[in-house]
Amino acid sequence: QDNRISIWSVGDLGNVGLNGEYQGEPQLLCDIRHNGDVMDMQFLDQERIVVASSTGSVTVFRHHQNNQTLSANQRWEKAHYHVDRDASCGGAACTGVICNNPEIVTVGEDGRINLFRADQKDAVRTIDNADSSTLHAVTFLRTTEILTVNSIGQLKIWDLRQQRNEPSQIFSLTGDRVPLHCVDRHPNQQHIVATGGQDGMLSIWDIRQGTMPVSLLNAHEAEMWEVHFHPSNPDHLFTCSEDGSLWHWDTSTSVSEKPSFLHQGGRSTTYFSHNTVNQSVVSAWLSNDPTKDRMEITNLIPHQTLSVNSLDILGPCLVYGTDAEAIYVNRHLFA
Amino acid sequence: SSSSVFVVRKDQDIYVQTLRKLFNESHGIFIGLQRSEEEFAGKSRKTQLVQVSKNYRSVIRACMEDMHQAAVSARDPALHSQYSTQVSILSAMELIWNLCEILFVEAAVAGPLLLRLLDWVRLHVCDVDNMVREVLSSENPSKHELFWNVVDVFVLQGRMDEARHLLSKEASANPTSVHMCRILDDLMKKMPVPSLGNTQTLTEMELKWQHWHEECQRYLQDRTFASNSHMESICKILLGDENAILEKKDLMTTWYHFLVTRLLYSHPTVKPMELRFYAQACMDLFLGGESSPEPLDIILMAAFEFEMHQVIKECSIALSNWWFVAHLTDLLDHCKLLQSHNLYFGSNMREFLLLEYASGLFSHHSLWQQGVDYFDHCPEYGRVYLELHIERIPLNTEQKALKVLRICEQRQMHEQVRSICKIMAMKALRNNRLGSALSWSIRAKDAAFATLISDRFLKDYCEKGCFSDLDLIDNLGPSMLLSDRLTFLGKYREFHRLYGEKRFSEAAKLLLMLMTAHIAPCSFWMTLLTDALPLLEQKEVIFSAEQTYELMRCLEDLTAGKSDKQKFQDDDVETMKVEMLRLALARNLARVIVKEGTLEGS
Repeated sequence: QDNRISIWSVGDLGNVGLNGEYQGEPQLLCDIRHNGDVMDMQFLDQERIVVASSTGSVTVFRHHQNNQTLSANQRWEKAHYHVDRDASCGGAACTGVICNNPEIVTVGEDGRINLFRADQKDAVRTIDNADSSTLHAVTFLRTTEILTVNSIGQLKIWDLRQQRNEPSQIFSLTGDRVPLHCVDRHPNQQHIVATGGQDGMLSIWDIRQGTMPVSLLNAHEAEMWEVHFHPSNPDHLFTCSEDGSLWHWDTSTSVSEKPSFLHQGGRSTTYFSHNTVNQSVVSAWLSNDPTKDRMEITNLIPHQTLSVNSLDILGPCLVYGTDAEAIYVNRHLFA
Repeated sequence: SSSSVFVVRKDQDIYVQTLRKLFNESHGIFIGLQRSEEEFAGKSRKTQLVQVSKNYRSVIRACMEDMHQAAVSARDPALHSQYSTQVSILSAMELIWNLCEILFVEAAVAGPLLLRLLDWVRLHVCDVDNMVREVLSSENPSKHELFWNVVDVFVLQGRMDEARHLLSKEASANPTSVHMCRILDDLMKKMPVPSLGNTQTLTEMELKWQHWHEECQRYLQDRTFASNSHMESICKILLGDENAILEKKDLMTTWYHFLVTRLLYSHPTVKPMELRFYAQACMDLFLGGESSPEPLDIILMAAFEFEMHQVIKECSIALSNWWFVAHLTDLLDHCKLLQSHNLYFGSNMREFLLLEYASGLFSHHSLWQQGVDYFDHCPEYGRVYLELHIERIPLNTEQKALKVLRICEQRQMHEQVRSICKIMAMKALRNNRLGSALSWSIRAKDAAFATLISDRFLKDYCEKGCFSDLDLIDNLGPSMLLSDRLTFLGKYREFHRLYGEKRFSEAAKLLLMLMTAHIAPCSFWMTLLTDALPLLEQKEVIFSAEQTYELMRCLEDLTAGKSDKQKFQDDDVETMKVEMLRLALARNLARVIVKEGTLEGS
């Protein structure tokens, strides 16, 4: 297997064509071999990238911008493992990584949570058997608290300041314990959390109240692999799935003025969010007023074939990768 | 009855990095073709199919470009030669596909047929490009030693405007040949060509062409170009003189170029079915008995002869993997050109090739996903092949297993779902990931495995005296109902919770129900009864008379069930437990009878 971490340049703005479409293909700047499947990755800072591997190791790569090369800066070899760490086949896939420079938190199929510090050789803290099932994803709730989701449909909050190895709170889905695959927190309102499940369902949680989700939205027809709030425009949410679609969820209030079938390339439906929380909450994600807050959902992929495994957004740019070994870049998301 | 040793080699092509783009993009085109609507009849459907064919070809060309870049930048000579070989194979593939597109998919008729063939030749004979560039970019083209070669090239490829342009340079440089140049230029300008639209019928064109041909003949006979051998030879070419054209063998490089040139100047309104005669004759003349036809030549000849099956067969033999023939045959099948030519084991050629191609993909660690879609579109054996292949994909991460499962579930392949979930659950169990194991059992609705996991939990409880993984057991939800044992586990944990919260009467009721409703396995009854002890020993009476009788009955059922041999083997602890229980039950019964009797009275 020849897996690589690659850095691409998506060209300069001078390359824009007549109708604002991006011209030219992304250029490969540099790449480096990676041992095992890349399960997750995130930038630690401007130059360093943390990568989670299916072999159970976590590696920090450095991108040298002066000569456009990548090098492995630091590695925690058996960050995740089953039972016997030293056994040759004992590695367990590391499924998720989240960074808050210099801290790095990883989770894996071994149900373990690791807290690393960049440039420190040993883990700062390890919670063994934090979960009896696989932890699929992790994200920061606050600087000292993290959120994890697992394969028995639970959302857990962990307080890293506390020494005990128990979650401070556990939330679960109503009904069947469908595995949860991804989690993201609202950038401004930290009590709003979104998770995606194996059945393609999007759940919105208010972690200040109750242990059950606030909204359950029937979305994709297969596993939802990633969910992301737009970092600067959090009325917009993006999800991608094994069914090959990538959905843009738009709760900005001016939606009711736009005609609903304007977006190119996909079907557009309007949804009412169903909710059981009282009406004092501000965010559109938690609101239950059907006339005021209609959500518009658009599939951004016109001809879907294979799974969309991962996506990311920043400003007006959207990037996503599919199982057809293709990367797509959209630099005019809100045009 | 003869014994042989076979050397088996894995298909290496799927591991070539630069070919990945070919596989991925063509997969998208293939799916698009299968899903495209067949409502369009006639012309619009044909346009659609031609577009698909062009898409396939542009993918091949893009791949060729990448491969060429790789060859140029390769420092290892072995790698360089490998890439270069790949480039020529891809080039040959595009050549063949293009011809098939013209003859079969588009089915060009007499007239447009020649124009298409000319385009085809111009696109693929590029050995002369460097020479052309060199001459055109020189200061004084007409003085260049290769000047006339380039003019010849243009004439041979029917590029009249470019030939005339060069002739004008000769005319301005060489005053003595002005007169001849003008005449030749005029002839070239007036040459009738078939039109693509409906502006003229074939007969009209043939008539015009006949007149033009005669005019050229007159000039030649008048020895107009006698003083310039180059121009005289060009005139002969215009007249379709076989020998004159053959003299320029090196500029044409291939027999099919020769064929098209000959047709251009002797029979421009050639009909598709007439091609075969000209093709055979041209190939024989060109090769002249010096060299024998190569595989590529045989394939192209088969195409000119409209022997589609022969083309496919020869390509299958010549090429190292099934990509080309599988996709081409599928396209031809969509054009409804292949009779359902049943092969001896029942499926037709299109399906056979697709099955072979897709099976090859399955040996790759990630391209197997495309193989699934190909199998989906093989109506007879696709499903069976998929069922067999999908279970053999190595599942090194849970995510991969989930992808495989999704594919199986979408196709109602329940056996495979069960089998894969069992494998994953077993792996999880061995790694002590009980929550994961349960999650897999729920996905497969595998009650038996859920029972196995519950037994593991209960065993752990008995050994350690407390539950592990409470986060799981406390949050089972509706999945608790998957198996009786799992339900028991959930309820038993609930009993402990109720006890911990000092909700004794509810705990008592639950405990009893676990035994009387036969939710608890018999092996666990002793433990349950022992759990009842602290409730029996409470200051306050918890179990009612009715309940106490029930408990006693359970105890008797338990001890009566044991054979004498077992009773003998029971150690002191066991007998003491039973004794203590009997005593506690009796005491409780006494207290409760009094209590119940008293209440009723007052």
